[in-house]
Amino acid sequence: MKSRGQLPALHFDKMGYQFDWGVIIREPYWRWLLNGFIKTLILGSISWGIALFLGIIVGTIRTLPAKTARAIGKAYVEFFRNIPLLVQLFFWYYVIPPMIGQWFNRMESLPWIMAIFGLGVYTASRVAEHFRSGLNSVPKGQRQAGLSTGLSNWQLYRYIIIPYGFRLMIPPITTEFLTIFKNSALAMTIGVLELSGQSYKIGTWTFHSFESITAAVIGYLLIGLSIIGFMGWVEEKLKIPGLVGRG
Amino acid sequence: MGLDLSVIARNSNVLWGGFLTTLKLFGIAFAGGLPLGILLGLGRLSSKKWIYYPVSAYINFIRNVPLLMVVFWIYFALPIVTGHNIGRLPSAVIAFIVFEATYFGEIIRAGFQSVKKGEMQAAYSTGLTYTQVTRYILIPIGLRRVIPSLMTQTIVIFQDTSLAYVIGLREFVRASTVVNAREVRSLEIFGFVALVYLVICLAGSTISNRLEEEGE
Repeated sequence: MKSRGQLPALHFDKMGYQFDWGVIIREPYWRWLLNGFIKTLILGSISWGIALFLGIIVGTIRTLPAKTARAIGKAYVEFFRNIPLLVQLFFWYYVIPPMIGQWFNRMESLPWIMAIFGLGVYTASRVAEHFRSGLNSVPKGQRQAGLSTGLSNWQLYRYIIIPYGFRLMIPPITTEFLTIFKNSALAMTIGVLELSGQSYKIGTWTFHSFESITAAVIGYLLIGLSIIGFMGWVEEKLKIPGLVGRG
Repeated sequence: MGLDLSVIARNSNVLWGGFLTTLKLFGIAFAGGLPLGILLGLGRLSSKKWIYYPVSAYINFIRNVPLLMVVFWIYFALPIVTGHNIGRLPSAVIAFIVFEATYFGEIIRAGFQSVKKGEMQAAYSTGLTYTQVTRYILIPIGLRRVIPSLMTQTIVIFQDTSLAYVIGLREFVRASTVVNAREVRSLEIFGFVALVYLVICLAGSTISNRLEEEGE
């Protein structure tokens, strides 16, 4: 048999590679994969909550009449969009915690906290852009009609612009929701054992990285396809009859 | 603590080497991804089922998988397929071409679809063949319409190349972690890396925005 103890990718000889798909279902590896799958779901979902909340705020700020407010919103978006997520995660994980304090830096769940936070604030910048363009696509007439019936600015947003614009955003926001799960794979680089991290770990334990990575890829496909299905259903439910014939 | 910026100067050769690798990776990925993207875009509009379905399946498959997994996957799959250990840079290059072409492909498809039917019919009626119509009508007109989106995607690719980090390729981010392991100056080092990406990508997106405004 082949020598063990080398890097997985280096362990090939002229005899070729022996596939062993059993590593995916064998103890304890299938448990690791399942565990990683669940962690990916949790990581993506919580970050998504942050991204949506922050993104709506920043996106709304970018449509306000005040110039300074718009500049702040724009700065946020440009800053987070133009630095690779990987670098951002390193920043959150290696740079920020020691500044907060040793008690924080030594926390066991630090990778988790920083991955969720980093993924959330990053995705918020992308959500904000979709939100802004959704709000801006509400016809001017609607805005004027709202104001002329005596609505305040807050009421205008609450009752007209947000409910209206939000429906227009569903397709791009769906894409973003998908993307956050894909991007969550980067959390493995700061030590979170989510789906990609677990599959990588299985590879280093068994020297069957190709099989374990394939299993993780299928996991991500499952998540992606379910989201597409779910959001299609949401879009159907929220449709205003006679409006927005998007599909 | 205090900032110690000399750490950048002291390690400038490592960082510069990493940056050059990033540029190389980006350049090849772009040069390979765009033509493949054009082919995929054409394939998505093909009336031949044996072209349309495989191309669509490929695009939908890759677009639902994290880039990080594609990078890993190709890295581990290539030695199995070829029987050789082909190295990190070629492996990363292939992964990025395979991945980014699908994103380019979807943008380009939208560009092709924006070409008016009449223009195409006019071209065919003057006796041009499919290849000629593609070469002289579809690509010049369709591609030009989506230049801003292509620019944005190009900036994304530039950022994406940082993911070659995970297979140990010493690009810019990997080089910075190597330096950081020695110097333990994460604020200065990662701050510098972030700044470099920020400046380059901001410049790129400013140009892209200007192109978009000119187009309208």
